[in-house]
Amino acid sequence: MSALDISAAADIPPSYLGEEHSLSSWLFTRDHKRIAILFFISITFFFFIGGFAAALIRLQLLNPAGTLFQPEIYNRLFTMHGIVMVWFFLIPSIPATLGNFLLPLQIGARDLAFPRLNLFSWYLFNFSGLWAVYFIFIGGNDTGWTFYEPYSSNFANGHVIAAAVAVFINGFSTIATALNFVVSTHRLRAPGMTWFRLPLFVWAIYATSIVMLLATPVLAMTLALVAIERFWGIGIFNPVLGGDPLLFQHMFWFYSHPAVYIMILPAMGVVSELVTCFARRPVFGYKGMCYALISIAVIGFFVWGHHMFTAGISLASAVFFSLMSFIVAVPSAIKVFNWTATLHNAQISFDAPMLYALGFVGLFTIGGLTGLILATLSADIHLQDTYFVIAHFHFIMVGGTVSAYFGGLHYWWPKITGRRYPEMWARYAAILTFVGFNFTFLPQFILGYLGMPRRYYTYAPDLQTWNVLSSAGASILAIAYALPLIYLTWSLFYGRRAGPNPWGATGLEWRTSSPPPKENFTRTPLVTEMPYRYDPRDDSYTTQDGVHFGEADV
Amino acid sequence: MFSGRLQEQYTDSAQQSETAQLGMWVFIATEIMFFGALIFTYMIYRVAYPEQFSLAGHDSFILLGSINQALLITSSLTMVLAVRAAKADQQRALVLLLAATAALGLTFLGVKGYEYAKDVAAHSVPVIDYVFKPGEHRPTEIFWCFYFISTGLHAIHLSVGIVLVLMLTVRAAQGAFSPGYDAPLEVIGLYWSFVDTVWFFLFACIYPLGRAGP
Amino acid sequence: MSQVWLPFWPKNAALSASLIDRIDIAEFCLVLLILCFVFAMMLVFCIKYRRGSGAARHAASAKSWRWEIGWTSGTLAAFLVLFVIGAKAYLFLYKPPARYQLELYVVGKQWMWKIEHPGGQREIDAVHIPVNRVVKVILASQDVIHSFYIPAFRLKHDAVPGQFETFWLEADRTGSYPLECSEFCGVEHAHMIGSVTVMSDAAYARWLGDQGVSESLAQQGFALFRRYGCSGCHDAASTVHAPSLDGLFGSVVHLADGRAMIADERYIRDCILIPATQRVAGYPPIMPSFQGQLSEEDLLRILAYVKSLSTGSPP
Repeated sequence: MSALDISAAADIPPSYLGEEHSLSSWLFTRDHKRIAILFFISITFFFFIGGFAAALIRLQLLNPAGTLFQPEIYNRLFTMHGIVMVWFFLIPSIPATLGNFLLPLQIGARDLAFPRLNLFSWYLFNFSGLWAVYFIFIGGNDTGWTFYEPYSSNFANGHVIAAAVAVFINGFSTIATALNFVVSTHRLRAPGMTWFRLPLFVWAIYATSIVMLLATPVLAMTLALVAIERFWGIGIFNPVLGGDPLLFQHMFWFYSHPAVYIMILPAMGVVSELVTCFARRPVFGYKGMCYALISIAVIGFFVWGHHMFTAGISLASAVFFSLMSFIVAVPSAIKVFNWTATLHNAQISFDAPMLYALGFVGLFTIGGLTGLILATLSADIHLQDTYFVIAHFHFIMVGGTVSAYFGGLHYWWPKITGRRYPEMWARYAAILTFVGFNFTFLPQFILGYLGMPRRYYTYAPDLQTWNVLSSAGASILAIAYALPLIYLTWSLFYGRRAGPNPWGATGLEWRTSSPPPKENFTRTPLVTEMPYRYDPRDDSYTTQDGVHFGEADV
Repeated sequence: MFSGRLQEQYTDSAQQSETAQLGMWVFIATEIMFFGALIFTYMIYRVAYPEQFSLAGHDSFILLGSINQALLITSSLTMVLAVRAAKADQQRALVLLLAATAALGLTFLGVKGYEYAKDVAAHSVPVIDYVFKPGEHRPTEIFWCFYFISTGLHAIHLSVGIVLVLMLTVRAAQGAFSPGYDAPLEVIGLYWSFVDTVWFFLFACIYPLGRAGP
Repeated sequence: MSQVWLPFWPKNAALSASLIDRIDIAEFCLVLLILCFVFAMMLVFCIKYRRGSGAARHAASAKSWRWEIGWTSGTLAAFLVLFVIGAKAYLFLYKPPARYQLELYVVGKQWMWKIEHPGGQREIDAVHIPVNRVVKVILASQDVIHSFYIPAFRLKHDAVPGQFETFWLEADRTGSYPLECSEFCGVEHAHMIGSVTVMSDAAYARWLGDQGVSESLAQQGFALFRRYGCSGCHDAASTVHAPSLDGLFGSVVHLADGRAMIADERYIRDCILIPATQRVAGYPPIMPSFQGQLSEEDLLRILAYVKSLSTGSPP
């Protein structure tokens, strides 16, 4: 069926955006697309709060004497940065926005399985997020996002219990969303949509949701115990009362290591979609990509101990966790190779989403390879708790996940809003992100190797050069992240109208109008093919700039 | 989720019913991880302080725990029978069985409350009012922490279950269920059985300790 | 060696640093190699197969799995080699030393490092050790988790409250090097820093002598042993049925619950603080707990005394 036929049809229903305009039609909506927009607004808010804290941290570290903020304030700043960025931006980022919007579209469903639960998830998310932000502004807490015991129950200052409760409630929101995704993927696929015809984005969201469902409850229980211990002075993790502080670390990382995969798996899904679309070539090794996603999700549950190599765990368990950490790196390596191989024999165009995707592959590779160094037991003795670790996980979470998030946002922007974004500005932003990011975090590898521990508000003067470089890079990064906010908002009002399929992409979401009608499809689609029916020899499609290649028929 | 209407994302009511059940199974998976984390904590300390946990467990009230165990098993039976009654279109039996399930659950809570009162009287509340018996040290307090946290969480889960079953009872009395439409019964029945199963594990963790052997 | 040609390479002053550096440099090279390979492939493909370029495109090959199996097994093999190398070095560095020339007792406390030498010398935020000697470190924490970190040795170990951690270090270059706390421990975490001074044997002996200490650590421990009434039961002349401590340290102990343990630092600590869980077979459970009565430093002193009963040089 031609894409143009759909939009030209006279009986096209109103889009999900235009159907109703009242505030209550948004606040009480059960449409997954509107809920995705609501989530998008919320996480953008939290992204800039967390980013604001990061900016202040980098400002403080410009000067080795650390005179800008008192240590009490600095400790609250990095705690706030960690808590907000991890739980109120990174974990919901791609799943709750793009996942919510696209999962039903990509499997050919009219909505998620439990729409009311989906809306409830958004309310829980906002409640917990605003609760966290409120307590940050009336005093915050200084435990770091890791809540390490016995510090957090017996020694910390500030609103530890409030922060724990916020994260606890946020966990319910995560679980509700994940439950919806898993059940919808199982039960609501369109006729003919078999498991191995699912787009890789759906596979990624599915794998992520499994991790969310099984890991989040453990975090909830752990933080509940921390709050109970702090409130009543019970000694569950307090060694003076017979408790074991390392048990806390085991339980915390049992969640928080898989949480890293919660952040990166959806990004991998997004990038798989982008690379294959802009390379005009089916993704290399589709099944291998599916198996890699699932094995990362599963093996990711058995590597948590690598956060504790220097914490006094038994030598045997350290060896086990090191081995598992190396093994979990294999499927990630496969994915990098497969993305690269997809570019072979391709017909590559460098629109902004593709630039973000290529940036993702590069930064993720650096993050992954430095992860190997950290998984090496001997190296970790030196590098644990230094800026090397900081740089490593920012490469994965920020260089990786945030790049993919912005890439996906640009790619599906015409579908979500029905408008096109200004392509040149977007390309500038993508390149600026890559440059600013490397500028910020490459010096931190060196700082780490030189022995600068994390969470220091003041440091030795001979480390200043690298810190200044890092802070300078952070200011570039700040511009790169603020730019899309401006031009994407602009495009909402002045962007050119987008057709149903501006990229000439395959996938069910492109077979309905932009923006889609409330019930997604006028007719339930029938799936007969593998995803990604791209042919690199055929360069016929219309780019976003309106350039028309060959005969458009997708 | 439980309205009789077919929602727009489903093709037929069988699909809707299956989806609701799958949703409950997935939810139960998360609940297993939630209680699992707590029982795991317990296991760690149980292995670290075997003698102390035996001493502490000896002070629990096994008779009350056993009565509660019996009450919950019976309530699971009545719940399952209720689902069967709905499938056989026995409306009166359905209402009675649902009411019996809720009543058994409420009795459980009553017995649990009485047991808490006895625990308080025996000075077994960690930190707030705790008296070490002869031979007891700090780790026994951890046992009682676990006791109150786990049974408290279980009681909250059971209370939610009772409210849900009471709502079902009202709707059953209005004749809402039929052999063709029993999805809410199935789904809440699953939840009820899960809460019952949790008690099996908690019972084994708490009451038999220190009662075996000479 | 490496610090000569790498301007930003940190100082290297210990056996452990050379070992870890060697592995790290090899790994950095490997990582750079892989990175260059991936980036080069991407660059070449992006240029060659850019939209509209004249390069010939073939349809996707159906035999992709050969490549996939190839690079999967390749990366797995390479990773396993890295794993084995790293694990071997880690086990070498983190195993408590069988033989050592010196002991060092370290207590982390918000926000200072307290160091006790066996001779009774005490320091705060400063460590003096002789060069080329194996030093066994017994690490404890008074309050929260700290981490004892000497970048020039590439060594760190967390100090966990409620436990004794042991590891070893051997400096091979004299000089002064920074000491840091690398686990977040509160407001002044960044000021929990100090210095490690590595000295020649002669200078070290002079330094020890200059501290003006009259009692060794074991002697201080013995005084505590009597003050807290331990000697009332554990003394040879006592009528109370309590295990003798002579020769206890390092021996195998059979516990009442059936376990057999080696009486190491951790065991002695648990016996004093949570005796109910460590009762020796054949003795009644009468030992009281000293939880909350002894500071970490006093514990270390008593430990030094108990150890001295096994080394044959009691005070």
